[in-house]
Amino acid sequence: MQLEYIGAFDVVLGVLARFWPVWIALVVVMGASFAYKKRLGLYGQLFDSAVGIAGVGICLFWLFTAIFASTVAPFNPLAQVAIMKDALPGAVEPQSGLVYLFGGDKLARDVFSRMVYGSQIVLIIAPAATGFALMVGITLGLPAGYYGGKIDTVLSFLANLVLAFPVILLFYLLVTPGIMDTPIPYAMAGLFFLFPIVFFSVLFWTRYKKRPDRLYILLGLTLIIGGWVYAGLVFDADPFRIIHIDPNQLNIFVAVVFASSPGVFRIVRGLVMDIKTRDYVAAAQTRGESPWYIMLWEILPNARGPLIVDACLRIGYTTILLGTLGYFGLGLAPESPDWGTAIKDASRLLRSFIHPALPPTIALMSFVLGLNLLADSLREQSMKD
Amino acid sequence: MNEAVRNPAEPIIEIENLSISFFTRKGEIPAVMDFSCTVMPGEAMGIVGESGCGKSTVSLGIMRDLSNIGKIVGGRIKFQGKDMGELSEEELRAIRGNKIAMIYQEPMASLNPAMKVGQQLMEVPLIHDKVSKEEAYKRALEMVRSVRLPDPERMMRSFPHQLSGGQQQRIVIAMALLSKPALLLLDEPTTALDVTVEAGIVDLVKGLGEKFGTSMIFVSHNLGLILETCDRITVMYSGEAVETGKIKDVFDRMRHPYTQGLFRSIPLPGADKNSRPLISIPGQLPLPHERPKGCNFGPRCHHFVEGVCNAAEIPMIAVEGHEGHFSRCVRFNEIDWEALPPGAKKVNERIEPGAPVLKIEDLRKYYKVGGSEVFGSSGGRVVKANETISFMARESETVAIVGESGCGKSTLAKVLLGLETASSGSVTLGNKQIESTSVEKRSVETVSSIQMVFQNPFDTLNPSHTVGSQIIRTLEKFNVGKTVADRRKRMLELLDLVKLPRAFETRKPRQLSGGQKQRIGVARAFAGDAKVVVADEPVSALDVSVQAAVTELLMDIQRKNKTTMLFISHDLSVVRYIADRVVVMYLGYIVEQGTTDQIFSPPYHPYTEALLSAIPIADTSVIKKHIVLEGDIPSAMNPPTGCPFQTRCGYKKLVPDNLCETQVPPVKNLGDGHMSLCWLADDVLAKMEPVIKFDKEHAAHEGVPDDAPQGAAGPGFAGAPPKRPRGKRPKLTDG
Amino acid sequence: MLSFILRRLGTMALTMLCLTLVVFFLINLDPNLKKLAISQTEMHTSAEQLESWLVNHGYRQNFFSRYAQWLGIAPKQPVINPETGEPTKRFSFCNDPVVPTFSGVLQGDFGCSTKFKTTVASKLFPALGATGILMFWVLVVMVPISLLIGILAGMREGTRTDRTLSVASIASTATPEYVSGVIFTVIFASWLGWLNGSAASASRGITFYNFTLPVMTLAIYGIGYIARMTRASMVEVMTQQYIRTARLKGLSFGSVVVKHALRNALIAPFTVIMLQFPWLLTGVVIVEVMFRYQGFGYTLVEAAGNNDIDLLLGCSLVSVFIVLITQLISDVGYAFLNPRIRVQ
Ligand SMILES: Nc1ncnc2c1ncn2[C@@H]1O[C@H](COP(=O)(O)OP(=O)(O)O)[C@@H](O)[C@H]1O
Ligand code: SF4
Ligand code: SF4
Ligand SMILES: [Mg+2]
Repeated sequence: MQLEYIGAFDVVLGVLARFWPVWIALVVVMGASFAYKKRLGLYGQLFDSAVGIAGVGICLFWLFTAIFASTVAPFNPLAQVAIMKDALPGAVEPQSGLVYLFGGDKLARDVFSRMVYGSQIVLIIAPAATGFALMVGITLGLPAGYYGGKIDTVLSFLANLVLAFPVILLFYLLVTPGIMDTPIPYAMAGLFFLFPIVFFSVLFWTRYKKRPDRLYILLGLTLIIGGWVYAGLVFDADPFRIIHIDPNQLNIFVAVVFASSPGVFRIVRGLVMDIKTRDYVAAAQTRGESPWYIMLWEILPNARGPLIVDACLRIGYTTILLGTLGYFGLGLAPESPDWGTAIKDASRLLRSFIHPALPPTIALMSFVLGLNLLADSLREQSMKD
Repeated sequence: MNEAVRNPAEPIIEIENLSISFFTRKGEIPAVMDFSCTVMPGEAMGIVGESGCGKSTVSLGIMRDLSNIGKIVGGRIKFQGKDMGELSEEELRAIRGNKIAMIYQEPMASLNPAMKVGQQLMEVPLIHDKVSKEEAYKRALEMVRSVRLPDPERMMRSFPHQLSGGQQQRIVIAMALLSKPALLLLDEPTTALDVTVEAGIVDLVKGLGEKFGTSMIFVSHNLGLILETCDRITVMYSGEAVETGKIKDVFDRMRHPYTQGLFRSIPLPGADKNSRPLISIPGQLPLPHERPKGCNFGPRCHHFVEGVCNAAEIPMIAVEGHEGHFSRCVRFNEIDWEALPPGAKKVNERIEPGAPVLKIEDLRKYYKVGGSEVFGSSGGRVVKANETISFMARESETVAIVGESGCGKSTLAKVLLGLETASSGSVTLGNKQIESTSVEKRSVETVSSIQMVFQNPFDTLNPSHTVGSQIIRTLEKFNVGKTVADRRKRMLELLDLVKLPRAFETRKPRQLSGGQKQRIGVARAFAGDAKVVVADEPVSALDVSVQAAVTELLMDIQRKNKTTMLFISHDLSVVRYIADRVVVMYLGYIVEQGTTDQIFSPPYHPYTEALLSAIPIADTSVIKKHIVLEGDIPSAMNPPTGCPFQTRCGYKKLVPDNLCETQVPPVKNLGDGHMSLCWLADDVLAKMEPVIKFDKEHAAHEGVPDDAPQGAAGPGFAGAPPKRPRGKRPKLTDG
Repeated sequence: MLSFILRRLGTMALTMLCLTLVVFFLINLDPNLKKLAISQTEMHTSAEQLESWLVNHGYRQNFFSRYAQWLGIAPKQPVINPETGEPTKRFSFCNDPVVPTFSGVLQGDFGCSTKFKTTVASKLFPALGATGILMFWVLVVMVPISLLIGILAGMREGTRTDRTLSVASIASTATPEYVSGVIFTVIFASWLGWLNGSAASASRGITFYNFTLPVMTLAIYGIGYIARMTRASMVEVMTQQYIRTARLKGLSFGSVVVKHALRNALIAPFTVIMLQFPWLLTGVVIVEVMFRYQGFGYTLVEAAGNNDIDLLLGCSLVSVFIVLITQLISDVGYAFLNPRIRVQ
C-alpha cells in the first residue's frame, strides 16, 4: 500500500498547530510577565534583554510541551504502526488519518510524538536531580566553607574524589542493570533523599527555636511530607500509591545526583568562604547565633544569585548527561522516548535515513540553549545591581 | 624643560561650564553640571565633596575616559589653550600620560599585577619620548629615587604585590611624573593608606609644584588634606561646584551654607562633646535623578527661603572683596554667618564615669599561621596580634583605641566579643571572666551586655532581610519581649531612638543610605541594653556630613544608657572630640594610654607624636610640628626585635645602649595613670613640645561660633604660638 | 613550590588509591561477575558451572587480597587447575605467573583482557596513542579558536561583536558531541558528501577526509566553554584600574590589550582548559564510538560493555591519572602565570 504525504508547508503548519496549548500558555505567561516585569524582581529583569526573553521563552516552551504532551502528541510514543516504518515526514497514517509529521522511525513509531513525550522525561529528571544535588551540595558545602579545617579537608577530598572520576566511567559503573540487584542504588537514594528533610528541619529549627507555635507546624509539615516522599521514592512504599519511581529511573536519578553534588558543593563552599567575612556574619556571631543559623539564614540567602545561575546551567548539563546515558543505552528502557535514546537509535541509521535523528537533536539542543541563555542573562542582570 | 611654564599668566587648564551625564538603563544621570574651574601653572586646586558628588567624574572627564556610557553633554575643557573636544583620538593619546597624568585611590589596583614595576614605569618614556630601553630604564630609576623609595634597583625588579601600599602609591606617582606632566590629577590618592603613610605621600606631593612646575588637581573628601596640599579649593555638592576660591578665603570666610555645614560637622580643634558639640547637616544627599529645582542644597539648608532659593537654577556668584571667590548661593549676603542653626545650640552636662565595667589585664592573642591542613602543621609561624594589653573602662566612659592598620585593634574587639578566645591574660566584664568563653558558650546576658557597631555600613546589615526583621531577631536572641508583638513594639521604639522613620521597618538594606544603615547598626547594638559597646570605626566609612550625626547619636544613646563605649579609630581628631580616655596601639602593643588631655599634650610617646602630626586638620590657624615617619608599618608576621616602633622611631638615637633594638621597653608611669611604653628618659620627655599649636590671633574664625572660653581650645593645645607668616605654612623640623 | 608539588602528589596518590578501590569494588559486584562468567562460557551453562568458572579463575578469592594482588602489594596467586591439581595461568592468552609473584599495577602488569583475549597493556596503550593523536588535533583546533573568540568578545563588552560571539559560544556549549556529531554527519557526510562519516580508517592513516568530523565534533563543545570563560575573564580584566592606568598612560587600545590585558586575562582560561579534560574524556568516548575510531574511549566502552574487569580497571586508572595530572599541571601553571601566587 502506498502512503499518502502532505507537503512541507503543511508539515510546518501541522506542527505549529499541534502545539496550540503550548502557544496559548506561552502567550499568557510571557504576556503577564512582561506587563508586570517591574514588580517581579530578578525574574522581571530578564525581560529587559532579548537574550533573557529568548531564554525564558525556550524554557517555558519545553515546560508547557511536557505538561501538555498528551494533547500535543497525536500518537502514543510507543505505538508501532507497521506500515509507517521509516516513513518520511508528512506521511499520513491510514487508519486515523493523522499525520506522522516528522515521519516514522525504524520501529514505525511517530518521531514527533516521541520527541514531545521525550520532553517529559527530561523535564522531570533534570530539574529534580539538580534540586537534590543542590540540597546535598548546600548541606555539605555550608559547613565545609564555614568551619574550614578538618571538616573542610575531608569533605573537599571526597568531593574531589568524585570530580576526578570521568563522568562517563562513573555512569558505566553506577548505571548498569546489574547494580540494581545490589542494595547500592537504594542505599544511595536513602542517603541523598535524607538531605532535603534534614535541610528543612534544621532550617526551621534554627530560625524558630524560640517560637514554638511556628516551629512545630513547620517541622511537622517537613517531616510528614518529607517522610511520605521518602517512603515513596526509596522504599516504594507510598501508602497512597501516588509517589512511585521506576527502579531504572531511580538508578539514573541517584547517579546524576551523585555526579552533580560535588560541583554544587564546591560552589557553595567558595561562596560561603567569601560571604563569611562580611560584617553581618560577625554581627550575627556577636549576638550569639548558632553556626547553622548563620549558615542557613545569614549566608545562604546571599549566595542565592550565583546558585540560581548555576542551577540553570546545571539543569542544562544534566539534560546533556541524560542524553549521554540514552546514547550509550545506559539505564533507561530501550523503547523509552527520551531524546538521548532516540538520537542513539537514529544515529546508527544516518546513512539511510536522517529524519528520525533531527527532531530529538534539535529539541535537546534548543532546551539546553534556552537554559544557558537564561543563566547568562540572569548572571548579567544580577551583576547590574 | 616643560612647555607648561612658557607663559605663566596663561592657565594650564580651563574648564568652562562642563556637564557630564551617564546614560544608563534607567535613563540619563547627570553626574556633573555646569562645572567651571581654572588652574594656573604650578598651582594646586583642591576639589572636595562627598561621595557621588561628581569629583571623580570631573577628573575622568578631563582625561576623556568616561567609559562608553558617559558623555560630555555641555561645556568645554581647554588644555594649554587648546579645546580638548576638538582633539582626535591620536592627539588625546599624546596628551594622556604625557601632559596630563592621573593617580587614583587604590594603588594596588592601579598597577598591573603581572608586570614588573620597572617595565610599567619604562613604558611611559618609551611611548611618549620614543627613547631607547636603556634611557628609559635610567629615567625610571631616577624617578623611583626621587619619590624617595628605598633600594630603587630592587623596586624596579619587583612585582606590585611585593610592595607595601605606600610604596605602591609612590610608584604610581613616579609613573605619573615620568613624563613631566603639566597637570597632575590626583583622585583621593591617600584614602586607602594609613595616616602616617599618608603624611609621607602628602609631603611628597606638596613639593611637586615647586620641583617640577606641575599643576595639580587634588580630589579628596578630606578638607584637612586639601588645606595641606592646595592653593585653591572648589567645593562640590551633588554634581555642582557650590563654592570656589583661595584656601584661606573659603576656610576662614566661607560663603555657602554647605561649606559651612561641612566645617561645623568635622571635629576641628575646639570642638568638645560637652561644651561645643558638632552640628550635623540634616538630611542626606539627593540622588542624581531626584535633585530639587533651584538650589540643590535647598532641602538641607536652614537658610532656605521658598520662592528665592528654588525659583531658578542658581549661577556662581562672585563674593566681593575676595578675588576668585564664588558661591552658588543667592542669599549669602543676607545670611548671618555667625548664627547657629535653630535647635543646635545644646550643651551637654559632663558625665562623671562610674565604677569599672570592663577590665583587661595582660591580654595576649597569638595566631598560628602557615602549616598545612592535610599533613599536620609544619613550620607554622606565630603572629602576635595582641601583646600584654591592660586597660580598664568605667561606666559611661568612652575609651578610644587608636592605631593604624595591623595594630591589633580589631583582634582586641574580637576577643572582647568572644569571636576569638584569648591566648592568655584576663578580660573581666562586670564580675565575670570572659576571655576564654567563646560567644557560643556565653550566656544570653553576657552576650547582650557587650555588643558591637561595625565599620562598613554596606556590610553590617544582611542584604537579604528587612531592617525590622533583623532588629526583631536580635531582640529574640536577647530574650527581650515575650511575644512577637512585644518585640515589634520594642523594635519600633528602637527605630525612634536612632531617629529613623518607623516605615523603615519593611525596607531592605539596599534601600537605605550609608548613614541610615549605620543607625540601624547602632539600634541593633543597643537592643539588649548593652553595658559595653565596641564601636569599630563606626563613622569612618560615612560621608562627612553624616558622620557628625551618627557620632552624636551614638553619644546621646550612650549618655542615656550609661553605656561604656570602646571607640576604635585611626583618626585622632574624632578621638579627641569623643573620648574620655585614649589607648594608643602599635603592632599589638599598647604604646601609650591616659586621659585625652594626657595623650594630646606632651610628653608624648614618639609614635603618638608622629600620629598627631600626621592627622590633617582643616583649620588654617593650626600650626603643626612636622614629623614624617620613615617607611611602613612592619608586618605582624615579622615584627622587629625590641621596641615595636624602633624601625621608624626618630628618638631612638636618644636612648643609650641600643636598648630600643634589643629589649621591649617597660611600661612607664608618667603620673596619674598616664602610661607609655618607651625607654626615653624623663628629661627628654620633659623637653617635648606640643605638636599642634593654636594660633589665637588667627582664631577669629567666622562661621564657627567662638563662644568657648579662650584658652580652652581643646585639650593639648598650646596658647599663643608665633604669628603665622603669610603664604606657605612654616615647616618645623623634628625635635 | 617543591613541597607544594610533593604534597599534591601525595594527595593524588591517595585519591588514586581510593578511586581504584571503589572501581574495583563496583566492577566486582556479584551481578557483574556473573555477567562476565556468562559471556566467557558457552551458552546455557548451569549456575554451578558459572560458579566454578569464577572460582577457577580466581574471582572468588577474598576481595581485599585480590585488590592487593591487582595493585601489586601482594603476590599474585596462580589458580589451581581442578583436573590436574597443578597451578596454572588464569588465562591461556596472558602470561600470568604460575608461581606466586608480585605482579600488579605497581610492577607494570595491568592484567588480562577477557574481551580481547590479550594483555591489557597491549590493548590499552595503542588505544591511548590513537586517542592522543585525536586529542592533539582537537587542542590544536580548539584552543586558538576559543581564545580568539573570547578575547575579541571580551575586549569591548556589550558591542555587537561581543553579543554575536557570546550567543554563538553559548549555542556551542548547548551542543553536546552526540548532537553535533549527528548534525555534522548529516550535513557534511550525508548531504554534501565532503567528509567521511566514519573514522575507522583513521587508525591506518589520518586524512582530512576521515578525521575532520571527529575533531570538529569534539572541538565544538569545548570551544564555546573556553571562549565564554575567556570572555568573562577578559571583561573583568578590562574593567580593572590598571587597564585604565595603561590607557591613560597614552597606550593605544591595541597595546593596552596585548601588553596589559592578555596575560592577566589568560590565567583563568588556562586552568579551565586543563580542567576540561574530564569533560573531553566523555566527549572522546562519544566521538570514538560514533565515528568508530579505535581509541581509548572505544576500548573503555567495549571493556564496560563486556565487563572486562582488568581492562576496565586499567581504563579507570588511566583516566583518573589523566584527570589528576592535569589538575596538578593546572595548579602549578596557575602559580607560574600569576606572580602574586608564585612567591607564597
Ligand atoms: N559608570 C557610571 N555609570 C553610571 N553612573 C555613574 C558612573 N560613574 C559615576 N556615576 C554617577 O555619577 C555621580 C558622580 O560620581 P563620582 O564622580 O564617582 O563621584 P565622587 O568621585 O565625587 O565620589 C554619582 O551619582 C554616580 O552614581
Ligand atoms: S541658595 Fe538658599 S537654599 Fe541654597 S544654599 Fe543658599 S540659602 Fe541655602
Ligand atoms: S623605646 Fe626607643 S624606639 Fe621605642 S618608642 Fe621609645 S625611643 Fe622610640
Ligand atoms: Mg571618587
